[in-house]
Amino acid sequence: MRSRSRRTSTVVWGVIGVLAVAGLWELYKFLGPAEGVVVGATEGQTGSGVMILPRTHDRAMPHLWDMFARLFQSTSGGDSPILLVSVVQAALLTLGFAAVGWLIGVAVGAVLGLLMQRWRLVEWGVLPWVVVSQTVPLIAFAPVVNAIGNQIDRSGTPWPQWFSVALIASYLAFFPVAVGALRGLGAPDRIHLDLMRSYAAGYWPTLLRLRLPAAVPYLLPALRLAAANAVVGAVVAEVSIGMRGGIGRMLIQLAGQGSSDPAAPWGPTFGSIALGLVAAGSVAILGLVLSNYRRGEATA
Amino acid sequence: MTPTDETRGATAPAPAVRARGVGKTFAATGGEVLALTGVDLEVAAGEFVSLIGPSGCGKSTLLRLVADLDQASAGELEVFGKTPQKARVDQDYGIAFQQAGLLPWRTVAGNISLPLELHRMGRAERDERVAQLAGLVGLSEFVDRYPDQLSGGMQQRVAIARALAENPRLLLMDEPFGALDEMTREYLQSELARIASETGAAVVFVTHSIPEAVYLSDRVVVMSPRPGRITDVIETGFGEERPEGLRESEAYFAKVTAVREALHGSPVERANER
Repeated sequence: MRSRSRRTSTVVWGVIGVLAVAGLWELYKFLGPAEGVVVGATEGQTGSGVMILPRTHDRAMPHLWDMFARLFQSTSGGDSPILLVSVVQAALLTLGFAAVGWLIGVAVGAVLGLLMQRWRLVEWGVLPWVVVSQTVPLIAFAPVVNAIGNQIDRSGTPWPQWFSVALIASYLAFFPVAVGALRGLGAPDRIHLDLMRSYAAGYWPTLLRLRLPAAVPYLLPALRLAAANAVVGAVVAEVSIGMRGGIGRMLIQLAGQGSSDPAAPWGPTFGSIALGLVAAGSVAILGLVLSNYRRGEATA
Repeated sequence: MTPTDETRGATAPAPAVRARGVGKTFAATGGEVLALTGVDLEVAAGEFVSLIGPSGCGKSTLLRLVADLDQASAGELEVFGKTPQKARVDQDYGIAFQQAGLLPWRTVAGNISLPLELHRMGRAERDERVAQLAGLVGLSEFVDRYPDQLSGGMQQRVAIARALAENPRLLLMDEPFGALDEMTREYLQSELARIASETGAAVVFVTHSIPEAVYLSDRVVVMSPRPGRITDVIETGFGEERPEGLRESEAYFAKVTAVREALHGSPVERANER
């Protein structure tokens, strides 16, 4: 009973949050000055000064209802499908790249976590690099991966462009998994480790029966974060290596036409938000399956 | 070793535990800490021995040495005539701690069967053994519950069943009832006394409680801190049975007084003698 009412209130608060953002958007659009507020502008010099409040005219901030209406109009005129269909198609394609990236990232992160937990020396040697890896801008890193991929492709081994996208997505996805696995595998209580020792259980039985189950509460949030990261990585990778068909490319394309069709780029924007939610939500389902391994969470 | 000890179901000639001059030092910041020194102790097969003493007297350390969870830094320690490590690998002992230490994601049955799974007992045989053990500790109706659905006393009974899973000849218990209320505690003491005599296992039992030590034990080993050492050993001589009336008897109170005096190092004035 209590958990059901809690779930209901979670949903209610979620809806309130979305409505609040929508309300703020329309409120500011209604109240804010059409040309924004700029301080220190030089007369007759466009783009000078610092804008402290954004413009609110329809080209900069389309109405929410215009954004939604645009979803049901043709994507690019002629007999092209409505925007919503194009967005969903592109989003599904990107979801596929992100999923492959997630799998690679989870595998790499899990192996790193295992090695770091097993040998303290590996943790000291590797963990700083794992952290540094995340400070490398993806925009700079993505073309390098693509270039290497093209080299491999040209030398005979097939390397489709989407694999570069997945690989770049995995680069963001592996980090939370590596850190979560390291923390989670080290989480069992001393008493449980003593107990396994008293059973003369070696590394693998202890890993299988104690460390992995005990790591589940740490791994689930890590996997969810990895899913969201994989989506971001896939979108950015598409943009930066110029791959067609996915939602990242669509976003850039429609944003380029933004001044003539301001509501259009919001379609793929909503699409990528939905994509992130779907990706993170899929992991939440995994959490339900593994709920028995989360029993410690409430009491511990 | 007294003749009565030998008749208590022991087939192996070697004592359950034999310690000769055992010591333990821990490395600490600013030098070494002497946790245990000059421990001579022999626990016969089937014998129930309590280790009692104030905090820091090394009673838990001694138990961990016997269990090969830590290694002695001095002296000789044998468990059933083997090194503690060999005894651990051979699964000669079962162990229970102050916290039940159940795996929260396993049911009662799953927790009891953990050591059996680890040692690759067959499924059918395992289920049978788990049912038998659950019955022994009176939890047959709760085998499908998870630890967070059980009281502290029930969790501790699961831990005892788990420790008994492989019919160990030696049971090591580190304040297993320390966190329980007095009622549950007395009940589990009686249960443990019954189980120990039924299984014929030797027990080394660490406790803070004088009445608990006296009620359960054949011998009470009194220890003292700084450095941890054995200062006295008191035989209770109650024999095999632990009837409920024992807790009210003169003999019992006399032994409680004896252990208390041994702990304090001088005769203690009793209220009714003033």
